Amino acid sequence: MSDMLLKVENLEVQFRSGSTLTKAVNGVSFSLNRKENIGIVGESGSGKSVTATSLLRLIPDPPGKITGGKIIFEDKDLLKLSDKAMRKIRGNEISMIFQDPSTSLNPVYTVGNQIVESIETHQHLNRKEAKEKAVHMLELVGIPEARKRFSMYPHEFSGGMRQRVMIAIALACNPKLLIADEPTTALDVTVQAQILNLMKDLQHSIDTSIIMITHDLGVIWESCDKVLVMYAGNVVESGTVQEIHDNPLHPYTWGLLDSQITESVSSEEELSTIPGSPPDLSLDISGCPFAARCPFAEEICLEKTPEMIEAAEGHFTACHFQTKEHRLDRKEAKVDDRSNIKS
Amino acid sequence: MTEAILKVRNLTKHFHLDSPIPFKKSDQSVKAVDGVSFDVFQGETLGVVGESGCGKSTMARLVNQLITPTKGTVELNGENLVDMNKERLRVFRKTIQMVFQDPFASLDPRKTVGELIAEPLVIHKIGNKASRRERVKELLEVVGLRGSHSGRYPHEFSGGQRQRINIARALALNPDVIICDEPVSALDVSVQAQVINLLKKLQKDFNLTYIFISHDLNVVRYMCDRIAVMYLGKIVEMGTYKEIYEDSKHPYTRALLSSIPKESPNEVKERIILSGSVPSPINPPSGCHFHERCPFAMEICKIKPPELMDVGNGHQSSCHLLELENNPMKAIPTKKKEELKCH
Repeated sequence: MSDMLLKVENLEVQFRSGSTLTKAVNGVSFSLNRKENIGIVGESGSGKSVTATSLLRLIPDPPGKITGGKIIFEDKDLLKLSDKAMRKIRGNEISMIFQDPSTSLNPVYTVGNQIVESIETHQHLNRKEAKEKAVHMLELVGIPEARKRFSMYPHEFSGGMRQRVMIAIALACNPKLLIADEPTTALDVTVQAQILNLMKDLQHSIDTSIIMITHDLGVIWESCDKVLVMYAGNVVESGTVQEIHDNPLHPYTWGLLDSQITESVSSEEELSTIPGSPPDLSLDISGCPFAARCPFAEEICLEKTPEMIEAAEGHFTACHFQTKEHRLDRKEAKVDDRSNIKS
Repeated sequence: MTEAILKVRNLTKHFHLDSPIPFKKSDQSVKAVDGVSFDVFQGETLGVVGESGCGKSTMARLVNQLITPTKGTVELNGENLVDMNKERLRVFRKTIQMVFQDPFASLDPRKTVGELIAEPLVIHKIGNKASRRERVKELLEVVGLRGSHSGRYPHEFSGGQRQRINIARALALNPDVIICDEPVSALDVSVQAQVINLLKKLQKDFNLTYIFISHDLNVVRYMCDRIAVMYLGKIVEMGTYKEIYEDSKHPYTRALLSSIPKESPNEVKERIILSGSVPSPINPPSGCHFHERCPFAMEICKIKPPELMDVGNGHQSSCHLLELENNPMKAIPTKKKEELKCH
């Protein structure tokens, strides 16, 4: 048995609205092994959530459409499955946690009901067994007095507790893959620490892989093995967490890392920023999508789209100037950025 | 030391709940802000941090009288804003402006940017049409937008640009104090850095005083001179950012700081993970509000609420542990400046 759980090749997703065609995801490829955690990081509109939702084929069609690529899960191509077969996979083998725990639970059903629903759909258990399993799941995610809480409604739970319920629903069928779309963005830091801890513990006991989508690099350092950095619908850099942290290569990743406010940034110095804003994906972009904001951009960047190359072992990046033979100097970027702000 | 521009004493807001019996006043109330006192000095930034529901935003709205306090006084330049008649209050409001969290909800979508920024000038009957137009242009340039943008509508701008428009609006009347209620929480990191740089620059140029509310502890550390930590409607600790980040005396502050996500994959964090979430402000726990979640809780904490006491140089903290000979918190190392630097 191979260790590969999921392989995404050249995924393309487009949204049509009237006469404009927005290319939200533009040829994303990555692979994920069993029990591995991969993080997808990027700004809003970079296509991270669209990538994740298309793995489950949850993109509303119309306006959205998966226009190309392959999603190989174990040995099936998810894009070729019938709707019925796909329903067997959703919530059973691949499940998802969404960002906002207060809108992703149904307010008119009890929490227990919603967990039981997921269990009954996919597992051959009777009502009573399903209920037992649901109570067990609630205990597992650390909800005190699980039996009493089972028959309470979502509004009676706090934000953190609701996210725990979401996790209980997602993990009820022991999925092989869990997609977490900004699971802690809506929560307080103290609760975020609780939830990240919980996910780590549960992963050890159930053996799932996790795709963690976030804009917070701190969350990535905290909980992932590998990272994809996305920009304007493309993966611009990928590698292990350690590599990306110690030795990032793409100028966009540098910008992202530098604009984080960390404990080591003194409050006297000005924060470095990425000038400008991301490109409009409904327009045709020729060349590198980051070229317009990149301090190193030259002629070639505007003309030719850079290929994803292996710049170091297991570390891929798409930049014309970051190859095995040639490297950019990150220090220069910082100086350049500063002058951009002042002018 | 310079004179305090804003003096807040014993500020309290209890929201009365609807009684289940008609025409009868309910005796239950939400103690959103419960006896808060602090000073803000000319030209400084006071940060307010705390989990959601701790009363940060209510406090901000009380300070500029958007809601009337139940008790307490707010003195701006020596005059009490509470109980002031409407006419005089309107004059005083000019000196205290606000920037809100959500740049999408806080701008009227049917007004052009020019109209939005001129609105405070119109309300306060300043200048004529032509001079207002000049002022709008000038303000747009101050916040880094183009003067020619004044005819556009809010939907044509990105989140970061909208927040710049909000800031321009707050600046229109040359205020002394600006209250920023989570001004960067809804923005991406790279844009967040741009807006923070702008706020810092404006503070220098116009000698502004900020009250900066945020739940992001790194942003607060970067922006603020002094920090107030709130828990369930009360300030539990207040001091300079150094005192709070390097030598905090309150277990809640320690726990908050320890839940900041990691800065690198290698960092090993000693976490104080708080169990549960913020208790209900309708029936707050007896004694110290924090005792149910506090890892150091003692008998006395359940009975007697601790007073905010001075622990040196205006650093205030409210915790019974401070009265003990051998404070168990001393055993936990805090990050000293040297360690932070060499990171």
